[in-house]
Amino acid sequence: MSTLLEINLADDIVRRRDAVTQALQVNDVTKAFGGPSLLRRGKDVKPVLAVDHISLSVRRGEIYGILGANGSGKSTLIRLIATLLLADSGSVEVFGHDVVTDSAIVKRMINRVSVEASLFKKLSAMENLMYAARLYSVPPARARKQIAQILTALGIPAKRLHHPVDGMSRGMQQKVAIARALLTSPVLLLLDEPTTGLDPRSKRDVQRFVRDLRDTHDATVVVTSHDMEEADALCDRIAIVDNGRIVVEGTSAELKEEHIRRHPMDTNPSLEDVFMEITGRSLEDDIGEGE
Amino acid sequence: MAIATPVWREVRASYALVERNINLSKRYWGWELAFLAYTIAQSLAIVLTANGVPSVSGQSINTSRVVLYLAIGTLTWSYMASLFSAIAESVQWERWEGTIEYTMMAPISRLTYMLGSCLFGVIYGLARTAFVLLALMLMFHLQVDTAGLWPALVIVAVGSVSFVGIGIMAATLPLLFTEKGAQMTFVIEALLLLISGVYYPISVLPFWMQPASHISPATYILTGIRDQLLPHSGSVDLAANLVPLAVIGLVTVPLGIWIFGRAEHFAKRTGRLKRSG
Repeated sequence: MSTLLEINLADDIVRRRDAVTQALQVNDVTKAFGGPSLLRRGKDVKPVLAVDHISLSVRRGEIYGILGANGSGKSTLIRLIATLLLADSGSVEVFGHDVVTDSAIVKRMINRVSVEASLFKKLSAMENLMYAARLYSVPPARARKQIAQILTALGIPAKRLHHPVDGMSRGMQQKVAIARALLTSPVLLLLDEPTTGLDPRSKRDVQRFVRDLRDTHDATVVVTSHDMEEADALCDRIAIVDNGRIVVEGTSAELKEEHIRRHPMDTNPSLEDVFMEITGRSLEDDIGEGE
Repeated sequence: MAIATPVWREVRASYALVERNINLSKRYWGWELAFLAYTIAQSLAIVLTANGVPSVSGQSINTSRVVLYLAIGTLTWSYMASLFSAIAESVQWERWEGTIEYTMMAPISRLTYMLGSCLFGVIYGLARTAFVLLALMLMFHLQVDTAGLWPALVIVAVGSVSFVGIGIMAATLPLLFTEKGAQMTFVIEALLLLISGVYYPISVLPFWMQPASHISPATYILTGIRDQLLPHSGSVDLAANLVPLAVIGLVTVPLGIWIFGRAEHFAKRTGRLKRSG
């Protein structure tokens, strides 16, 4: 275990975490948006069920992929795990800690990267990352050193560290956002379409770094993606989500084997074939719709 | 490594907000300069009103006391408005940049978040007010009762706490209402300006409006400072203004943090954190 990962966690939390084999436990969670409210009373407003009784477990050290079309509920599920949303029912536990009642502990264990970099655009990469480091109590001297190391590893030259991020390409901004998450040493990293819109080289950099993070630092990763190849290459297990429900879950090989069992003529299916069969559409059909 | 104690860790984390906001002010220095020029121009215009009174009223009066009265009003309001805005806008910045989810995910208490925002608000408010004071001193001959300077600063310090409480309450508006939340904080600011006797004694307010002035901390701050700094003002009972200010601070700060906590809970229940401005 790298000491890098221990800096924000009290000893008792580390001991408890080490004794737990399930990094993430989602138990029968539902989340709906909209519906009647004080301001909309009497109107015919139906709630939209974004997450519909989802249960899943992610083992420690696993890279777990969630595939789904836009609007399928995968980002909502990530936000529920990330303490940014409250579930209507069910529970979410991170290393045995409930995300609602133990949110302070859970927040020290997790971080998230979303499809948007969400940085202070006029601040430099260093200023943005120092802000995150201070919020997570990473000592400033160590943070500065790590920021340079992580960004260099992600392919951002040192001379760009002190320039405003609004002068960076989207790919570089996304790498800074990834560095922000890594800097805080999460033991559960939530990646919500982290490589969407990145060029192939940047994608490879990010994927390599995610693997390194798991292999070197014992981190667990939950990643949502539109990229079937990425999911196939990166994830130990995959769940396909459709209309707020997990419709199938397993390793990439298991999902393909199941597909072959149902379609014996299709001897070499891709993950996209599996997805299309299960959901009745391709992911490409949904790209462009907002989730 | 040694694990920092939770309290010390939170205090250190609050500096993240101070440093971030200072960095943002530096990066947007042009806008800061423009906004400062606006405030100085506005303050000068208000204080110049005093010099216009004799010609408007047709009576010959000594305007130096009116000049000082308005100068105290505009300086105090410059500080309070800056402090209030800095706190309320700290959430608006996050909305604008889309970083609010990341800050809310950070393992710090809301008290820490607000402490950092308020610390910056005090620094920012004092810095801006110092420039306004410099401009007023260059343009007007301000003659204050120097013996009252330190008590006046005590009033500002205690009064800042109650304004912090109101600022925290106002910060819930951009948290809940992405598009117009920040503008709604101006409504609160304008109401405080109206009822607190910033540029006139509260006795000139309509009688039905006067009770509202008693719940505004700005009323006690301004009365207290004027009592201390205006020559021959008669009443110099510091406690008469400090006690209500302390009580308002003791009520508004915990109330503000509680309201912010409820607003955050509501935002997490309804998914309002997600939307950026």
